[in-house]
Amino acid sequence: MTATRRALDTLAILLAILAIWEVLHRVAGETALPAPAETLSYLIRTVPTARFAENAAATAAAFGLALILAYGIGLAIGIWMGAHRLSGAVGEPILVSLYSLPKITLYPVVLLIFGLGLSAKVAFGAMHGILPVALLTMGAIRAIPPVYLRAARTLHLSPWQTITTVLLPAALPEVFTGLRIGFTVTLLGVLLGEMFASKAGLGYMIMNAMSLAQSKEMVAVAIVLFGFAALANALLLWIEHRLHQRV
Amino acid sequence: MTRIGLIRSAVIVTMIAALELACRTGLIDHRIVIAPSEMASALVTLLASGSINADIERTLGIIAVVIALSVVLGFAVGVVIHALPHLREALDPFFATYYAVPIFIFYPVLIAIFGLSPMPIVLIGVATAIVAMIIATLNGLDRVPRVLVKVARVHRLGRVSTALRLQLPATAPYLFTGIKLSVSYAFIAVIAAEFILSPAGLGRDISDAYTDFENRRMYALILFLLIVATAVNAGLHALDMRFAERRSGGGP
Amino acid sequence: MARDVHAQLAGVTRVYPGGGEHPPVHALGPVDLDLHKGEFFAVVGPSGCGKSTLLEVLAGLQRPTAGTVTFEGKAVSGEVADGIGVVFQEDASFPWLTVWDNAAFGLRRSGVAESKLRRRVDDALAFMGLKDFARAYPSQLSGGMRQRVCIARTLVLEPRLILLDEPFGALDAQTRLLMGDEVLRLWRQTGATVLLITHALDEAAMLADRIGAMSARPGCFIEIIETGWPNGRDSTIVAEPAFGEITGRLWERLRGESLKALGHSSLAQSAPPSALAAE
Repeated sequence: MTATRRALDTLAILLAILAIWEVLHRVAGETALPAPAETLSYLIRTVPTARFAENAAATAAAFGLALILAYGIGLAIGIWMGAHRLSGAVGEPILVSLYSLPKITLYPVVLLIFGLGLSAKVAFGAMHGILPVALLTMGAIRAIPPVYLRAARTLHLSPWQTITTVLLPAALPEVFTGLRIGFTVTLLGVLLGEMFASKAGLGYMIMNAMSLAQSKEMVAVAIVLFGFAALANALLLWIEHRLHQRV
Repeated sequence: MTRIGLIRSAVIVTMIAALELACRTGLIDHRIVIAPSEMASALVTLLASGSINADIERTLGIIAVVIALSVVLGFAVGVVIHALPHLREALDPFFATYYAVPIFIFYPVLIAIFGLSPMPIVLIGVATAIVAMIIATLNGLDRVPRVLVKVARVHRLGRVSTALRLQLPATAPYLFTGIKLSVSYAFIAVIAAEFILSPAGLGRDISDAYTDFENRRMYALILFLLIVATAVNAGLHALDMRFAERRSGGGP
Repeated sequence: MARDVHAQLAGVTRVYPGGGEHPPVHALGPVDLDLHKGEFFAVVGPSGCGKSTLLEVLAGLQRPTAGTVTFEGKAVSGEVADGIGVVFQEDASFPWLTVWDNAAFGLRRSGVAESKLRRRVDDALAFMGLKDFARAYPSQLSGGMRQRVCIARTLVLEPRLILLDEPFGALDAQTRLLMGDEVLRLWRQTGATVLLITHALDEAAMLADRIGAMSARPGCFIEIIETGWPNGRDSTIVAEPAFGEITGRLWERLRGESLKALGHSSLAQSAPPSALAAE
């Protein structure tokens, strides 16, 4: 009963958003903000095109690589700082400060180092994602009850076995939260990169559409990105809840 | 300073010194990164010349407006939503997803609607920061002990009085967390907007300096923004720690 | 009646080294203890006296600063010897595994045949009354049941020396008495040597063949009391007059030590503890 009610509520909110959109469209005019219905039909027509696919592939490539780096480096830093008390105590405030910095400020430096192109976007995206992964992984490891380590020794586990069969599962739920947030901010980083100095990707598509006053394309691509991010996040959240249930 | 604080300072100083050394010895190409000492002197020169004062005012001014709007409106909206549980339940999935989607992607749309004025920047800034404040307000109001409201009724306080004299102080720590986040998001969104596309402002300055190959100017501006952002965040964090002490420490 | 010495602590001291602002802490010793094969030995003492440290040194989880530890004739150092099982004070059940998988955990790693493993785990779970909860997760169980899961996990490895560190600390008084019966049953069934750490005098008096009363920090044995209980005892012996005598004797020895332990922690306050020390 409540599940259907919640679904209906969500539907109601979506309809409200569509209604507000329509009103804003009337006020702002066609060139500024297209109507919902037209945007939707434009979206349906554009997504299957080769042009869209190329740009989507470019974003996907940058995002995928950035994510691998963010996860790999973030996990490594998080595990080290979580296991090694001193490093964690020294490094945590540094990571927290870096996390709340407007990293877009450093994008030109990234461009200077990596040049224009894929590696700059990947680096920029990874820069964003490393921090939440590291911080939450560190927290997860610190939160492991010390008695687990002693129990592992009484059960005659080797260090490797202790890590894989005790520490990893114990830390997994919180580490996964870090991975979920890392996913989000890495995507944002890649898109920001594409919006500034790039000739490919969905972020570039939006900026290009803006410069050509193609408002339908702007909004349509934005909606696709929104949808992707929302669905991915919902999926990751679902997994996260399942992991947290048992702990 | 504690032992850990000392180690941390030493680590930071060492890293900056290493960068300085690498730049001076030519290990790092000075067309890519300039030495920290050069960045600092370039910044001092720039500030002394007064040429970026207008941009500083504009950027920091916009950020201040964004913070004010996000905090006040966010709080107000949070209070309203908290009073309407059904609405809150309905909005829950949206709040959960809000920071998962790249809101910023709508910045070009806002430019298309409002043109190249401060307006789209303010709007994207508020859009980014306000939800953090709303969520923090909801959390804070959740944690107000029910007994406080009963005490208010015993003392026959009206709704506004109850809100201002009891609920607000009880919620304060959580609101402060919300403010911290809003400030952080405001900086990020406004500077990103100015960087991507804006007629003026520090972000635009950095972007111009990059495209014009003016490295010294670019790094000076980057350093300035990093110092301001770090100082503000650190200051708020220190305040938060002091409030936290008063909250949990002390007492019989 | 000379019985085999199963495990031995000789002149064992443990000093926790200081670090930074903290001075070193002389937590335990010197302690001499001979554990006889198959006996049930309880250690009681005021908080902070080093009982847990003694258990961890005996188990091999910590190295003594001085003295020797032997188990079955071999020296114990730095790693937990095969044949020693430990049940900790805190809940060490793994929340991501079912009760069954928790119990099977230690045995899985040692390469025992699957059928043998299955039988041992099923037996241990049945013995601890957890058969019906094999598929449940620890988070769905009460604190007492989670401890039973930990005990089952230890039992599966068929330890010859079982060390229990205040395993029932978090439970209410009645449950503790019943769990005491369980431990006695476990002890008789396995024939293992059992060392139980507890701060509850009645628990020690009811369960043990011998009780070591420990002084305040640094902990040393003030007296070792023989209870003389029959093997087939259970919690109903609390009604025996001898029980009252034993508990009385323990408190007599430990009251002063407990006051001392309290005195240590009140050093931070200004009031001198001299009045308390007057005996």
